[in-house]
Amino acid sequence: MTDLRVIGGDLLPPAAERRHLLAVGDLTADDVARLLATASSFALSQERENKKLPTLRGRLVLNIFYESSTRTCSSFELAAKRLSADTMTFKSSGSSVDKGESLKDTASTLSAYDPDVIVLRHPEVGAAQYVAGVTEARVVNAGDGKHQHPTQALLDLFTMREAFGRLEGLNVAIVGDVVHSRVARSLVQALALVGANAVLVGPPALLPEGLAPVSYDIATIADADVVYVLRMQQERMLAGANFVPTLREYTARWGVTPERVRQGQRVMHPGPMNRGVEIDAQVADSDAALVVDQVRSGLVVRMAVLYDLLTTGPVAVESAVGVA
Amino acid sequence: MILVGREGADNVVLRGARALDPVEGVDAIVDVRIDNGVIAQIGTGLDTNEHRVVDGAGLTLTPAFIDPHVHLRTPGREDEETIATGTAAAAAGGYCAILAIPNTDPVVDDAEILRGLRARAASEAHVPLGFLAAITKHQDGAELTEMGALADAGAAGFTDDGRPVAAAGVMRRALQYNAITGRMIAVHCEEPTLTRGGHAHAGAVAEELGLGGWPSLGESLMVARDVDLAGETGRPVHLMHLSARESVEHLRRAQAAGVRASAEVTPHHLCLTHEAIRTLDPNMKMNPPLRTEQDRAALLDALRDGAIAAIATDHAPHSREEKDVPFEAAPFGVIGLETAFSVLYTELVEPGLLRLETLLERMSAGPAAIFGLDRPRIAIGAPANLALLDLEGSWRVKADGFRSRSANSWLLGRRLRGRVRMTIAAGRVVSDS
Repeated sequence: MTDLRVIGGDLLPPAAERRHLLAVGDLTADDVARLLATASSFALSQERENKKLPTLRGRLVLNIFYESSTRTCSSFELAAKRLSADTMTFKSSGSSVDKGESLKDTASTLSAYDPDVIVLRHPEVGAAQYVAGVTEARVVNAGDGKHQHPTQALLDLFTMREAFGRLEGLNVAIVGDVVHSRVARSLVQALALVGANAVLVGPPALLPEGLAPVSYDIATIADADVVYVLRMQQERMLAGANFVPTLREYTARWGVTPERVRQGQRVMHPGPMNRGVEIDAQVADSDAALVVDQVRSGLVVRMAVLYDLLTTGPVAVESAVGVA
Repeated sequence: MILVGREGADNVVLRGARALDPVEGVDAIVDVRIDNGVIAQIGTGLDTNEHRVVDGAGLTLTPAFIDPHVHLRTPGREDEETIATGTAAAAAGGYCAILAIPNTDPVVDDAEILRGLRARAASEAHVPLGFLAAITKHQDGAELTEMGALADAGAAGFTDDGRPVAAAGVMRRALQYNAITGRMIAVHCEEPTLTRGGHAHAGAVAEELGLGGWPSLGESLMVARDVDLAGETGRPVHLMHLSARESVEHLRRAQAAGVRASAEVTPHHLCLTHEAIRTLDPNMKMNPPLRTEQDRAALLDALRDGAIAAIATDHAPHSREEKDVPFEAAPFGVIGLETAFSVLYTELVEPGLLRLETLLERMSAGPAAIFGLDRPRIAIGAPANLALLDLEGSWRVKADGFRSRSANSWLLGRRLRGRVRMTIAAGRVVSDS
């Protein structure tokens, strides 16, 4: 019998201790700086003809999505592929979940494939923490209910830094349905970590108290460098809850229209957009909009997150990029 | 008789324990002899009369506890708790009597169902057990139950606990009509349009975690309504599991005005705040929710001065599958019978926040008086309802260590001081460790 030799095994950076990315609150300012630096390195690699790096060859990244997603799911899948990891995407609809399988059993069943990372999106707060407790894999929270969506916050920071060349001191107005938004909860914490300022703008019942300063007046956005627009999440609003009287009234008072966007401001939106509701189509398609940049950032930031969880950090990044 | 349980009477001599009954004014190291289930003699050097002798040296003998708020899950969810397991848990926790909540399947809203349960309790209950009946049919808040027939069949009182009586007019009629029974009406105070979709106290922690808020006002608005209705109808009302300082203020205002309003508080609301849910541990999810430090302090103050006269566990067993899910998906409630005394002793008495005598009174004489039950006491001629406590001993709470059929405790893994060594209920030794 011949010796088994793992081809390319010497390219794998040393395995890191088991960590998760469940919430922005778990990160320090240093962690954010390291992840953004790693993402920048990967961004360079993505300008080459051969965009694939061998770094995570042989690793398995498992996407488990209990809620619909276009951007997050595809970007994690591509991020893993660009790092040469194997990927599997599991969507709850059309699976055993429809037959009543519990999150515990689904997570355990899929863990039998020995994933290195599980990327989880789930409609309930606490789902990512829960899965981290029942599997051996590292867990990345890709959204749990209204709680957290940390990779979105990181990609937003990356996008802002690309656009402005800095993060510290940036003023960000987050406009719209904040109360139902995991994106906003993660972003407010992330902005605080890098020394940027957030203000929440929208109708009273849609702005939580205590996260950041609030304003009910759309004119407040004039002071911001970034106008960050959120979708009205009608699917999370209980019938008859009366958060706003009508969408028409919402759009009239808080819709982000060309008249309300100042010269030099940049406009972001985590998607999916409801054009004509929270954001005017002209704004969405204007040069001020960074929406497509956000999607591009999502790929390299998620590459950085996967890489960071499975390796020891930035030193190895340079060599990984160099080898490829 | 309101309480039912298995028959029997033991002969025991408890030797050399510190007998402590704050209501009777007893505090002495003595022997207590129980003849045929009744306290026959208290003194030193008592004859054993061939009774079983229990060495109480270094231990504390007190009136056993009464829990007015236990979800026994029977009928309907016997996989979570049964009459036998729930009362065994009560015995292990030092309780000589408990009252079961009627939010079962079916709801205890009919005398026939109540009679069936009482018959089962007579053969299965390890400690005497009383059953509260529903205020409204199916607990849907619309039509009153036949309170007269239910009282005749042995209802210990009335509650729609688990749900509020949302309509003020229905609550007013219930208080009025209940005059014919003389039993207590106990209310779960929750204004449903303010708490819908709520998973945690509406405050900084819930905002940060993205959990729907269950505001203090959702409770206190109904407390204000119910004490005012009690005042207007001249009837007593008991407020269950208070959680908010505003509720305590309404309670105090009513009591000062002469309204017969009583209240209970749970161990978890006395020991925890909403900070505990940051771990997203489903065993920290309660209804009403854990609130702020100011709320906890107001509840403790009210317990100390007697505005809140009873400690109730709101023992709420849930199956492992039901709690083994993400926080937001988990049902509300925790078990409490086997840990109540120990955790309150550890968290409140040992640090000097509450006198032992006050704790003992609020776990025994307090709830007895509210529900018109005989007060457990250390006195010659009284039926033996006693708990023998080891205040020095400590123990670790473990998921596989419960007599309860469920293990959804917020104290898993915690080491607690104060151990129940023996419980005597209605003259029988029901727990002995």
